[in-house]
Parts: sequence; C-alpha cells; structure tokens
Amino acid sequence: MNFKRIVKLGCGALGAAAAVMALSTAAISEGHGGDVKIGMITTLTGGGAGLGIDIRDGFMLAVEQSGKDNIEVFVEDDQRKPEIAVQLADKLIQSEQVDIMTGIVWSNLALAVIPSATAQGKFYISPNAGPTQLAGRGCHENYFNVAWQNDNLHEAAGAYTNSAGLSNTFILAPNYPAGQDALTGFKRMYEGELAGEVYTRLGQTDYAAEIAQIRASGADSVFFFLPGGMGISFLKQYADSGIDLPVVGPAFSFDQGILQAVGAAALGVKNTSQWSKDIDNAANAAFVETFEAKYGRLPSLYASQGFDAANLIISAMGKADITDQDAFRAALLEADFDSVRGDFEFGNNQHPIQDIYVREVIQEGDVFTNKIVSTGLTDHQDIYAAECAL
Amino acid sequence: MSTILLIEQLLNGLQFGVMLFLMAAGLTLIFGVMGLINLAHGSLYMVGAFAAAGVAGLTGSFALALIASLAAAAMFGALIELTVIRRLYKRDHLDQVLATFALILVFSEGTRWAFGSFPLFLNIPDMLSGTVMLPGGIEYSLYRLTIIGIGLLVAAGLFLLISKTRVGMRIRAGENDREMISALGVDISVLYTLVFALGAALAGLSGALVGAIQSVEVGMGEPVLILAFVVIVIGGIGSIKGALAGAILVGVTDTMGRTLLPVIFGSFMDPSAATSVGSALASMLIYILMAGVLVFKPTGLFGEA
Amino acid sequence: MLRETHLNGIILLALLIVPLVALALNEPFIITLATKVTILALAGVGLNLALGQGGLISFGHAIFFGLGGYSMGILASHAQSFTPLMEAPFLIEGTNLMPVIWIVAIVVSCLAALLVGLLSLRTSGVYFIMVTLAFGQMFYYFAISWPAYGGEDGLVIFVRNEFPGLNTLVPIQFFGLCFAVLCAVLFFVSKLNKSAFGLALSGAHFNPERAETVGIDITRVRLVAFVISAGITGLAGALFADLNRFVSPTMFSWHTSGQIMIFIILGGVARLYGPIAGAAVYIILEHYLGAFSEYWQIYLGLILLFVVLFAQGGLIGGLSKREAAHD
Repeated sequence: MNFKRIVKLGCGALGAAAAVMALSTAAISEGHGGDVKIGMITTLTGGGAGLGIDIRDGFMLAVEQSGKDNIEVFVEDDQRKPEIAVQLADKLIQSEQVDIMTGIVWSNLALAVIPSATAQGKFYISPNAGPTQLAGRGCHENYFNVAWQNDNLHEAAGAYTNSAGLSNTFILAPNYPAGQDALTGFKRMYEGELAGEVYTRLGQTDYAAEIAQIRASGADSVFFFLPGGMGISFLKQYADSGIDLPVVGPAFSFDQGILQAVGAAALGVKNTSQWSKDIDNAANAAFVETFEAKYGRLPSLYASQGFDAANLIISAMGKADITDQDAFRAALLEADFDSVRGDFEFGNNQHPIQDIYVREVIQEGDVFTNKIVSTGLTDHQDIYAAECAL
Repeated sequence: MSTILLIEQLLNGLQFGVMLFLMAAGLTLIFGVMGLINLAHGSLYMVGAFAAAGVAGLTGSFALALIASLAAAAMFGALIELTVIRRLYKRDHLDQVLATFALILVFSEGTRWAFGSFPLFLNIPDMLSGTVMLPGGIEYSLYRLTIIGIGLLVAAGLFLLISKTRVGMRIRAGENDREMISALGVDISVLYTLVFALGAALAGLSGALVGAIQSVEVGMGEPVLILAFVVIVIGGIGSIKGALAGAILVGVTDTMGRTLLPVIFGSFMDPSAATSVGSALASMLIYILMAGVLVFKPTGLFGEA
Repeated sequence: MLRETHLNGIILLALLIVPLVALALNEPFIITLATKVTILALAGVGLNLALGQGGLISFGHAIFFGLGGYSMGILASHAQSFTPLMEAPFLIEGTNLMPVIWIVAIVVSCLAALLVGLLSLRTSGVYFIMVTLAFGQMFYYFAISWPAYGGEDGLVIFVRNEFPGLNTLVPIQFFGLCFAVLCAVLFFVSKLNKSAFGLALSGAHFNPERAETVGIDITRVRLVAFVISAGITGLAGALFADLNRFVSPTMFSWHTSGQIMIFIILGGVARLYGPIAGAAVYIILEHYLGAFSEYWQIYLGLILLFVVLFAQGGLIGGLSKREAAHD
C-alpha cells in the first residue's frame, strides 16, 4: 500500500463519516410549523445528579400531561462542568436549533450559558439557578426565572429568625459566590447580632471544627447554607454533637431527595421554601400524586420547579406561536398557568414574586418530609429588580 | 480563643487525622508492596460506605454493616486485582494512573446505576451516639472518640502484622526484593491479591465508619482520595509509620488552619473579608505543607531515598 | 517509522477536512467540536513534551491550562469593562487582541512552571506526580475562593477576542486560526525533539546515568522542558477560554490534568501526533456516548481501561504496527 492510497482512503473514510454524522443530526432538525424545540442542559451524572434528574422528571411529567405532540425536548448532561455546559449550549443552538433552553441547576453554569443564549435570541427559562448578576442590571427580556432569585430563600430565613425571637445567630456557608450571596441575603433581613460567621471549604465533609466554634460562641441559633452532601454531613455531625440550638436553613439541605439520607438528625429543623408538598391547591395535589405514581418517589423542590417551568412554556404555547418572539415573550410574562406553589407572578425583571414558606421537617411513617408551619415572606420580590431596566 | 476550645480543636484535628490514616494505610501498603498507584482506592472507600448503608438499611445492625463494608470492599478489591491491577505492576506509573482513573469512572457510575442518584442513609448506632464529658470540661462526641480508638487499633494491628507475622515477613521481603521472594517459592501473585484485598478492606471500613457521620453519595471517595495521597506523600510512600504521622500532621494542620487563620486575619482586617481570605488560605494550607515537606525531604518524612 | 509519518499526515489532514465538510453541509457545531479537538490536542502536545519525551509525569498541567485561560479572562474582562488592570506603579490596560493575550498566557504559564518546576523537580517518580497534583489543587482552591475574578462562577466574556484580519466569531475562521497555531507548535516541537536539547532530554529520560557522564545537567534540561511544555499548554488554555468565551476554576481541577493525560495515552505516549488522535477519539466518545446512555461514563471507563491494558503505544502505535504487518 503506498502513501497516496492511504491518504486517499483515510480521507475518504473520514469525510464519509463526517458526512453521515452531519446528515443524521440534520435530519432531526427538520421541523414543521407550530413545533417548539426545547433544549435542556442539566446535571445527570456525578454527585449532583439527583437535582438534575428531578428537574428533568418534573419537566417531562408536565410535557407528558399536556398531551401536546409538538414539543420536542433535547436533554443533555452537563456533568456539572461549566465548560461542558457552554459547549452543549452551542450544540443545541447550532445543530438542533432549539427555540427555548432550560434545565441548568447551578448558578456558575447558568452564568456561563444564559447571557450568550439570550443574546443569540433564544428564550431561557431557569428551573433552579437565579444568580444575582442576571436579576439586576444584567436582566434580559428573553430570560425568565420560575424558581427564585438566589437570595430569596436566605432572606426568608433571616426574616423567620427575627420572628422566632432569635437574636444571636451563628452563620456558615461554603466559600464560593453562592455561599457569600447566601450569607449576604440572610444578613439583609436578619436584625439580631452575629455570634459568628464562618466560610467552609467547598465540598468539605468534616465539620467538627466548625461545630466546636458554634458550641463556644454562645449563639442562640444556627443558620447554614450547605447544599447537597455538605449539608447531610453537617446535620448528622451537628445532631451527634449534643448542641441543641435551633437550626434554620434554606430548603436545599432539606429537600425530599436528601432528607432520607439525613434521617432523624433533621427532625424539627425549620427551613424556607417557596414550595412544599402540602401546599393546598388542586394543581399541587395532582402533581404530587402523579409524580409519585410515575417515578415511585415523592417529588422534591427541584421537581416542582421543573414541572412549573414546563407548564409556563406550555401555557405560552397556547397563546402565541414561537415564531412570533414578541407575542411569545408577552405570553410567558403573563405566567398564566396553575403553579404548584399557588400564586405566582413575574416581577419586572422576570423573576418570581411569590410567598416563601417556613417548613418543618417531620416524619410520616417511614418517610421524612416537610410540612408548612408559617409564611416567612409574603409576595416577596428580590431587591435587584429595581436595578433592572425592563 | 479559649484554651478549652483550642484543645478541643486539637482533638478534632487528631480525629480527622485518624480518619485519613484508615484510608491512607491501605494506599501506602499497596504502594509499598506492589509499587502501584491506585487512584481507585477512593472508589473502594465508596463501595464500603454503600455496602454498609445497604446492609444497615436491611438489617438495622451497625455491626453487620461494618462487616459488610469490609467484605464488599475486599471482594471488589480482589476482583479488580485479578482482572485489572495485576497487569499493571510491571507498567510505569503513567499507565497505573490512567487505568485506575478509568476504574473510578466505572465504579462511580456503576454505583449510581445500582443505587440511584440520591444519597443513602447510614447513621451512628444508638450505643455510640451522643457525647461524653472529657476531663477539663470538653464535651466530645463518643462516636468520634470511637473512630480515634479504631484508627489507633488498626495502626497497631498493621505494625504487628508486618513486624511479627509470617505474612508480614513476606510483605517486607517483597518490598525489598520482588525477584528474590518469588525465587524462594512464595506464591507472589496470591500474596499480592491478599495485600490488595487487605488495603481495599481498610478503605471500605473507613468509608463505612466515616459514612455514618457524612454523606453516603457517589463521588464521596474523590476528595478523601486526594487527601490520602497528600498524607502518604508527606509521610513517605510505602511507610505505615509515615502514613500515621502524615495523617495526623495533615489533620491537625487543616483543622487548626480552618479555625485560626480567619481569627489571625481578623486582627487586622474587616471581619467578613478576613473569614473569606482566611478560609481561602486554609483550603490551600495542606498542599502548601506538602510542597514544603517535599522541598526539604523529597521522599517524605519517613520515606527511603 | 515512515509509516507513522504517513499516519500523522492522515490525522492532520482529517482534522482539517472534517470541519470543511461540515462547513459545506452547514453544520457549525461539528466545526466547534473540531476546534475543541484542535485546542485540547495542543494542550496534549505541550504535556507530551514533558511527559513523553522527558518522562516527567506531571499531574498538574491543569495549572498552566487554567493560567492560560485566566490570562485571557482577566485581560478580556478589563477590556470589556474599560477598566485598567493595574494603575500603579505603571498602567496596565486590558486587551482583546489574541496575539497579546497569547503572549501573556505563555509568559505567565512559563513563569509559574519555573517556580513549580524548581520545587517539584527536586522529587522524582511518584513523588513528582503527587507534588504536581498538590500544586494543581492549590491553584484550584485559590481560583474558587478568590472573589475578584468571579470565584467559582468564573468569568464570562461576551465577545470572542480579535485577531487582526480575521472574524473570529465565524466558527471556521476561528478553527483555521487554532489549526494554524497547532501546526506551528507541532513544527516547533518536532524541531526541538531533533535538536541537541531534545536528544539531551530523552537521554535524561531513558538513560540518566549516561546523560550525566556526557556532561548534561539533567535537572536543568528537565526544567527547561517543563517550562516549554507549560507554555504550550498555557497557550492552549487561552484558546480554550476563547472557544467557550468563558473561564472557570474547573480548568484548574485535577480532572483536567487527568484528561490531558488521557489524550496522550489514547494516542500513544511520546508520539508527536498522539495527542491529536487521542483528543479526537475522546471528544467523539464523549459526544456520542452521552447521547447513547445516561451511564456513558461506564463505557468510557471500560474503553480507556482496554486501551491502557491491551493497546500499548495507543492508537498511533496500534495502527502503524498493524500496517507494517500487512506489507
């Protein structure tokens, strides 16, 4: 075999392979009028996969229940890596030519993807992350958040701490932007003294040193924001430390997917959330029942947000065609759907104005779950909305 | 900061160090005997924790859960030794790093496939929960004291095993001269499988013990794997004594750094900024320690040149 | 050896032709993927100089990949917000000119490599692997908790930086630019390998005693190789950041270091074109396995395991040997 033949053969084969790859994706992107293509980028592998899977399952449940056959959803796994998320966004926009994007769990990934997606004329409906940068001056007419602005649940926790008569609290969060935002949000509403303020390492698993500091600080309560496994570790170790100060936190560490792993250590803890499975409305009752029937587990906060995100899109589809962006945007802004959290409307920055509840962790039979004990903040809107020019 | 708090933090550092030792002991043993870098050691830690959580969920017994963690990790350890690891002993470190990196991918996603994407429940047994009052008025977790005890027992057991028993003699002989020991008629491949399974079992045990006070989830082995590597490199790779010294040094440095640095920075900075800068530096501290040790002793504290 | 040269030609040609075909078929995303392959291959070529040629198994090359990325991110973000980077003692302004960014990325990476190398090269073998890993972790945690440039959020650059005479926002033009850089670096490294320095470096790797007796200062040769290798990886980092218009601490993580090593192993250690083949196969696997199963990383792991255990010499080794057997 001589060199020229090898080159020819090699190039031919690779060229053909590229052509086949290109054609196969091209075939998918052919559509017909009235269809809406949704690109979902979420975390489906690795440690944070539970959150992404819940968002996806909630979203797909709503799509299925709508009975619409003109919605096409492309689900992609970002592995919780921002670089991968950016490339998946390029893929969805360039090759699948989606109209709407959604799905991202984490703020840092959202910040990497959303500005460029909205600048390219795509809608982005956030089912979880609500970074500060995109709520104020960085707001965009094509960006809608159906969950919360990142500070909201922490603000509600601050407000609750006041109303519970606690005035010397110890606060801790991981040392990264969302952690710093959490403590800032809490302090914005909280009126008492701080017994201590500690930043832990992201991904830290042993909290003995911090718990010793809490014990020595003379605090009357503890506020913490430690999402995922960090929260599980902290709560188990806290429960075992013999300290029995009341604990307050945002819902992320007390969500349905995590509670079973924390067990009795979380019982009685107050946490703030815009959703709970016992919110009394027909949409929520139906959601909880159908979700459990289909997936064999109770829905989480994240599942409820995915479900609402899909219903928001479906409601807009009933009013406007996606090809008419202005009309579709107006239809989204009306938020004319039955949110599982009850009343729901968008503020000027297209983030929710909503009630935030205080929940308590309880045990129902073998299952640990939450029940609402009071309303932390009513019709709450984030403070960044004032800076948004929309 | 009061003296009592300082002593309590030292104790916390010791306890963290002992947890790291349980993980690092197996890693350093495997390196010492077979010359193998095993990145998948963290996966065996995860296997131990999941096995314990699974068995505790079914039977409600923590003792059975610990046995299950030892058995499952040893079994998976022997399995990967027989299928994959033994092909790597004669390869260079690069191939070992890559192959065991690939094993991490298989183990992590395999565990997620088998157990789902949500963290599992594993709790401290009632007998060991709660706190005890130590002399000097320190209220300390009984379970953490138990971990310190188990860790020291394991350390003593390993020293005895290696210095006093026939297997230990072979291990030492194998470390010094691999050809010689096989020439003497010792079946080296069985010995290697045994040592690997022993190291795996230690990782599994530490996964189960730590899993009871942490989160049992996919990927839990990776942060602790990196720390265990830091430990054995500081101590000198292959040395159990070094692993113990390195683990305690790392545990105490990390814990004291986390609590003291923000205070130190707070003496001349605004408190919010001080906590942020202090904890940033604290998270880098053990790596700085490791680099520092290696600059002065390139083969670690107890390593042979 | 001639056969391998042929194979190398084919690999390079294929990397050039695939995006051109994609352009003809109007599939811009394939061009993006090819650009990613080109840039990651460049990072691999950099590491391969230290690892393959010099036998220095660095588990910390993510440091330089990240520093290159942040050089771009920091300079471009200051240009984007029209704020100077530094005013005293002398004024430094941001920039969005790629050539300037590249030079900064290379210089910064080389300086960091000089420092890391001076300390790390005191050790060898497994200690070297681990101490480079430790330096990587230091940079990673620093990047996460340093708030000035976004911390864990990273930095978003809205518009890709400029290169005189090109519109870098057009995917095929940016690809062409990256491809040209890769070719230039390949040319440079192949010359370097054949030079007296290259021979001294492989001498220090394969036969250190003999190298010393002929008067080669082994540590110095290794340090220079480590620094050059870091410079190339840093350049790749700057390009990677421009591909995504985004930088984050993930670029510093030990997974990134591991990934760059994987490209080299997949393609074939110490083979100049190995990282190109390795990066291409890795990206294709990542992209198409992901669509095939939620648990795609299991398959990726098994494939990697197979290559390490049974295909020594990687893809290029395997393919060129088989060819020889047919003749």
